[in-house]
Amino acid sequence: MFYGIPLTSRLLLGTAQYPSPAILGEAITASGAEVITVSLRREGAGGGAFRELLRDTGRRILPNTAGCHSVREAVTTAHMARELFATNWIKLEVIGHADTLQPDPFALVEAARILCSEGFAVFPYMTEDLILAERLVEAGCRVLMPWGAPIGSGQGLRNPEGLRSLRAHFPGIALVIDAGIGAPSQAAAAMEMGFDAVLLNTAVAKARDPVGMARAFGQAVAAGRLAHEAGLMLRRDMAVASTPVFGMAELA
Amino acid sequence: MHLEVNGTRHRVQATDLAALLVELGFDDRAVATALDGAFVPAALRGSTPLVPGARVEVLAPMQGG
Repeated sequence: MFYGIPLTSRLLLGTAQYPSPAILGEAITASGAEVITVSLRREGAGGGAFRELLRDTGRRILPNTAGCHSVREAVTTAHMARELFATNWIKLEVIGHADTLQPDPFALVEAARILCSEGFAVFPYMTEDLILAERLVEAGCRVLMPWGAPIGSGQGLRNPEGLRSLRAHFPGIALVIDAGIGAPSQAAAAMEMGFDAVLLNTAVAKARDPVGMARAFGQAVAAGRLAHEAGLMLRRDMAVASTPVFGMAELA
Repeated sequence: MHLEVNGTRHRVQATDLAALLVELGFDDRAVATALDGAFVPAALRGSTPLVPGARVEVLAPMQGG
């Protein structure tokens, strides 16, 4: 599904902001996610426990370049992540604005070009712009990660028509909705639209019961995918009786 | 000499990156390093000299979304 790696679960889970490492571990298990995202930060106290937890989960690691605002920062972070996690996967984030956390599409394409040419499997965090998507594919990306809404906002799919059109234009590229998902119903909607997977963090980590919410998202993503594969009925403007009229008794 | 390590000024004896990690007590297998904004692979730390005022980043896995 992603760069030749087959996966069963179509939910990718972030590891930040959980109430405790134990709850994070349980949430990963409950979600069924096979890929978890992590970051790189200055080494301080407590790093060892997180390393052990990552090892224990046995999940595939997708390191991110979260917080990077320039091509150089993102590329250097990717190099460091490749060594530290022994993976060529990188979730490429180049943030254009500190408040909106909107990706910088120009720097994103430049960084993606460099990293793809160096053998990285790049997962770019992007807006749903079609031309940006085209440039990223030209750069060598085989996975694209359009946002649903701004990071951490929980607004869901803010531009469903734009996302639908992105899905239609790139049938052969794995498309992952990354960021902005707040509820399992929104994740299910993304999967029903034909997206390949959903990546989220805050909606699970900040739930009253993160483990329960992780399970809910895992099931919603699976249900949405099943629905997509099964084929949704067409929407109609008028009512159409589902019970046959033929054979109806005359009782009036 | 004085260096900046993870944003903090340090006075150190080490003259290469590998020795610096040992001197400051980092677990050298659990971190990735950069010197003045450029990645330095683990295998090259011993042959990477430090100069006064150099900016060193020592990064480790952390929670992320």
